[in-house]
Amino acid sequence: MTTLAHRPSSASPRRVRRLKEIGLGYLLVLPALAIFAVFTFYPFVHNFKLAFYQTPPVPGLPAHYVGLHQVTQVLSSSSFLESLSTTFIFVALIVPISLIAGLALAVVAHRKLRGMSVYRMIFSSTVVSSVAVAAVVFGTLMNPIVGLLPWLGINPTPPLLENTTWALPSVALMTIWQFLGLSFIIMSAGLQSVPEEVLEAARIDGATAWTRFWRVTVPMLSPTIFFGVVVGTIFAFQSFGQIDILIGAQNAAYRHVDVLIYNIVNTLTQDNNPGAAAVMSIALFLITLVLTLLQLRFLERRVQYAD
Amino acid sequence: MPIDTATAATASADPADTAPLARVNPARRRRRSRKVGSYLLLTVAAIVILFPIYISVVDSLLKSDQLGRQPPPFFPFHPQWGNYSVAWTQGHLSAYLKNSAIMTATIVAAQLVTSILAAYAFAFLRFPFRRTLFLVCLATLMIPFEVTFITNLTTVTSLGWFNTYQGLALPFLATGFGIFLLRQAFLQIPRDLKEAARLDGYGHWRFMARVAVPLARPSVAALTVFAFLAAWNQYLWPLVVTGPRGTSPPLDTVQIGLKELIGTQANNVNVALAGAIIALLPLVVLLLIFQKQLVRSLTAGAVK
Repeated sequence: MTTLAHRPSSASPRRVRRLKEIGLGYLLVLPALAIFAVFTFYPFVHNFKLAFYQTPPVPGLPAHYVGLHQVTQVLSSSSFLESLSTTFIFVALIVPISLIAGLALAVVAHRKLRGMSVYRMIFSSTVVSSVAVAAVVFGTLMNPIVGLLPWLGINPTPPLLENTTWALPSVALMTIWQFLGLSFIIMSAGLQSVPEEVLEAARIDGATAWTRFWRVTVPMLSPTIFFGVVVGTIFAFQSFGQIDILIGAQNAAYRHVDVLIYNIVNTLTQDNNPGAAAVMSIALFLITLVLTLLQLRFLERRVQYAD
Repeated sequence: MPIDTATAATASADPADTAPLARVNPARRRRRSRKVGSYLLLTVAAIVILFPIYISVVDSLLKSDQLGRQPPPFFPFHPQWGNYSVAWTQGHLSAYLKNSAIMTATIVAAQLVTSILAAYAFAFLRFPFRRTLFLVCLATLMIPFEVTFITNLTTVTSLGWFNTYQGLALPFLATGFGIFLLRQAFLQIPRDLKEAARLDGYGHWRFMARVAVPLARPSVAALTVFAFLAAWNQYLWPLVVTGPRGTSPPLDTVQIGLKELIGTQANNVNVALAGAIIALLPLVVLLLIFQKQLVRSLTAGAVK
């Protein structure tokens, strides 16, 4: 009797504390997890449901179940395939140029010179520009009347941003400028982790600056470059605002600049077709997933190096 | 001008350089000319990068009839500050900025709170499924917002929050990146400190507020700056979740306002550019003051 009465009272403070800790743990993670549940995981799963239901062309009628029919229909549609190839071209225009430019800037800014912090700030600066600001700025620069092109003697008809050939590269140019800041920041951080001693050893061995760059810096920087490629690809893949502002659906060249997200948004808001939009967004997710997994593998490698 | 500063810098940095020319050895002279070359390269690069913004500032200060002149003016000799007040009032920039400020402040504050709480739990508390739940938080990083906005729009609309501040901020009140960043910072805090604080009678809440968060300040600052930048510059969500609703006008943020502005001021590019400069200004201030924190948050994934 006495033992029974004693046991709980001697064990309970610790158990109560343990239970309190567990309760507190769940309480603290609850707000974040609730937001994730409602605004990340639920809509993610719901996409698959949307993909299986087709919205009738007449508004007001209920969507009906069509199974995989809509998925195959959308994925094989010329609209989707053209968007996909446009997006890939867009990415290919942006990523190499902005990464090479970012690396070049980082190398030049790596020397210890007076006033370098000002230059570094300027080189990183485009990272704070929003897509809308960059679009307004470049839209003006490329404007056929008030822009600088007539002065430079470049005056294509139709104007650059309505030109089926030049609209995509023009939007890419703006995006390169916008991504350059982040590219520089990533490359600079990578350069700072290349040990001075290794470069010094190569210098003593008589390697020229050129050889040192290609044989020491670039190989040691390869994880950073890889990281930059992934980040840049995701950045370019998620482009939307610049197309919306610089091109717009009324534009003659719009079919040639119809990147994936622009297509998804128009399918949802203009065509009122959430089913087709959901199918495309699942495709977008799968592409991003592959990229993110590559990025995670790189992070793991980095962590192993550091250990 | 930059070359002048460059030579001045070398002269003051290295007293030997001021010696009579005859005694300057060729290696040193070569080093000095390399330095001048570096500054030249840096300056050209800086000019190219800043040029679009510079020309926008110039154009935003021109009279409308000066735009499109050949050759284009490269300096505003008679700055028209009136363009800024036109953008501010007729262009509704003041209203757009207010919307952006409210949305951004809400998102930043909420992300800090939810991230600190969750990261603290993952770093300091033991509870079943802790690891799994942390991985769930990380998994959100793999689902881009562009994939979830379709259903989020339906959710927010059915809550009656289309075109409201709640609707603008709601999906972004928590962030997997923030939880990851702060958990890392909390894990750096020595366990002994936690034990000592407990013996001093500190409960979890007091330890979190008085010890953990202050010690993780660099990461908290990095998250704050990053969240501000991301929220202020958002485009897709504010575009789809705002619009006329009943009698209330669209609750445009400044980014969406810029799109409106180039539509309504198509013939006054100077006014549209004034708007763009106003929208950029808070971020320029952010960069000038918090460059270190910004770089820290942006490279959090790249460098350990």
